[in-house]
Amino acid sequence: MIDPFLLRALAAGIGLAMVAAPLGCVVVWRRMAYFGETIATASLLGIAGGLALHANLTVAVLITAVLVAGALLALGRQTIVPADSLLGLLHHAALAAGVIATASLKTPGVDLTGYLFGDVLAVSNADLIWIAAGGALVLASLAALWQPLIRLSVHEELAAAEGVNTGRIKIAVTLLIAVTVALAMKIAGALLAIAFLVVPAVAARPLAHSAERMALIATAIATASVATGLMVSSTWDIPAGPAIVLVMATSAVASLAARRI
Amino acid sequence: MTALAAHSHGHHGCAAHGHEPGPAGSANALIAAHGVSVVKGTRTLLDQITLAIEPGEIVTLIGPNGAGKTTLVRALLGLERPTSGHIHRKPGLAVGYVPQRFGIEPAIPLTVERFLTLGQTVTKSALDETLTEVGAGRIRHQQLPELSGGELQRVVLARALLRQPDLLVLDEPSRGVDHLGEAELYALIARLRASRGFGVLLVSHDLHIVMANADRVVCLNGHICCSGHPETVAGHPEYARLFGTEAVAAFGIYTHHHDHDHDLTGAPVTRPPLPKADP
Repeated sequence: MIDPFLLRALAAGIGLAMVAAPLGCVVVWRRMAYFGETIATASLLGIAGGLALHANLTVAVLITAVLVAGALLALGRQTIVPADSLLGLLHHAALAAGVIATASLKTPGVDLTGYLFGDVLAVSNADLIWIAAGGALVLASLAALWQPLIRLSVHEELAAAEGVNTGRIKIAVTLLIAVTVALAMKIAGALLAIAFLVVPAVAARPLAHSAERMALIATAIATASVATGLMVSSTWDIPAGPAIVLVMATSAVASLAARRI
Repeated sequence: MTALAAHSHGHHGCAAHGHEPGPAGSANALIAAHGVSVVKGTRTLLDQITLAIEPGEIVTLIGPNGAGKTTLVRALLGLERPTSGHIHRKPGLAVGYVPQRFGIEPAIPLTVERFLTLGQTVTKSALDETLTEVGAGRIRHQQLPELSGGELQRVVLARALLRQPDLLVLDEPSRGVDHLGEAELYALIARLRASRGFGVLLVSHDLHIVMANADRVVCLNGHICCSGHPETVAGHPEYARLFGTEAVAAFGIYTHHHDHDHDLTGAPVTRPPLPKADP
């Protein structure tokens, strides 16, 4: 007999994996890992804001993630500082501000660790509905944008010259990342959310010969990692989110190593 | 040097002549720039460019590094908004584009065949025919990141051709291709132009082969220094200044002279006509 909280954790983790893994492929192709990382870390500020205002945390994180994503897009237009340095600055500033904001809340029983690394065993039915609805939205958008996204990733200027509206698609990808980060918050937390996107995609790359295959393999690896991670977590009583991420990372390293041999 | 100053009378102007359309192009020009300037900060990258490409014509854009060749191509393709002036495209114009540097993102697994059919409907026979034409038949199932520079060039050209272009735009296509491949490439483009009748805009700073294949050469250095038949441009003093006297000596012709000079900032300075030299 499996406990209901473990079943909910499994459903939430698999639901997230099915959305985050294909989107993660795009994040890897477009070299947006650190960009996503910055959005995810800044979401901690959304958590603090949501707790302070007694608002729905998923909504608070969603709004914060979208705002930060917009700010990053706008800042991306400057050219005097390299983009990754700027992201480094914002990522750490957001983390520092988020930790201070969460710690200074007078709300009793605030568990900072849960917000940083997720608390998948505390997933509620409402969280599951968020993941199902939000996930369906992200997957449908991703499917609709798939071809132009590949063209943009292969060669942005060629895609633009051929009539792809690259500006609009880049904004759409950024929004999809923001929504997925919000969905991942409860499961993986501000610091591990992007692992659900990037790590399965990295694991899938050496095994794939087409873009679609890469997305499917990444989804399979992510789903299997969620199940394995939860099992490991409940067997040895270790934190569930980090356990899942570690299983994903192990498969990525194994996949990259197998390619070398 | 004396060979260069053979005769300066005759005064073939540097722009196109006779029955050919003017610089702004005819009514059915594929694409035309009208007084296009691009200014970035304090730098004027393009200054009042007026240029048109007619159906079936090979126009080669030459000029030194930093002359604004790529900026002009980007402006014509709609990738760069002109600061002033405008670009006119024939309605429904299909453009095939071969960008200058084609860095493939190795993180995307993609075969040649998939790349060629990405976002466009291509029949199997068209795919076979085009791959054979560009000499890429044997690599169709290979992964894109595994291709050599020359192979990648052919594949990108194949994609441009599969779009059934009215206008083919190639930005320094010979870069990264060995010399033999380069001659082959230009011969292929000339052959395809003859069979398919599209217009071609070619950017290059490699003069010799280009000169042999172009209908019209436009010499760019921020502004259009001169344009016309390859021989006309090759004999232009501005061309000699931009490319060195060696390039001119390679053609051994000098048919006209220029009506302006350039000061140190590159701005044109009008000068009085030279007294006619004795032949």
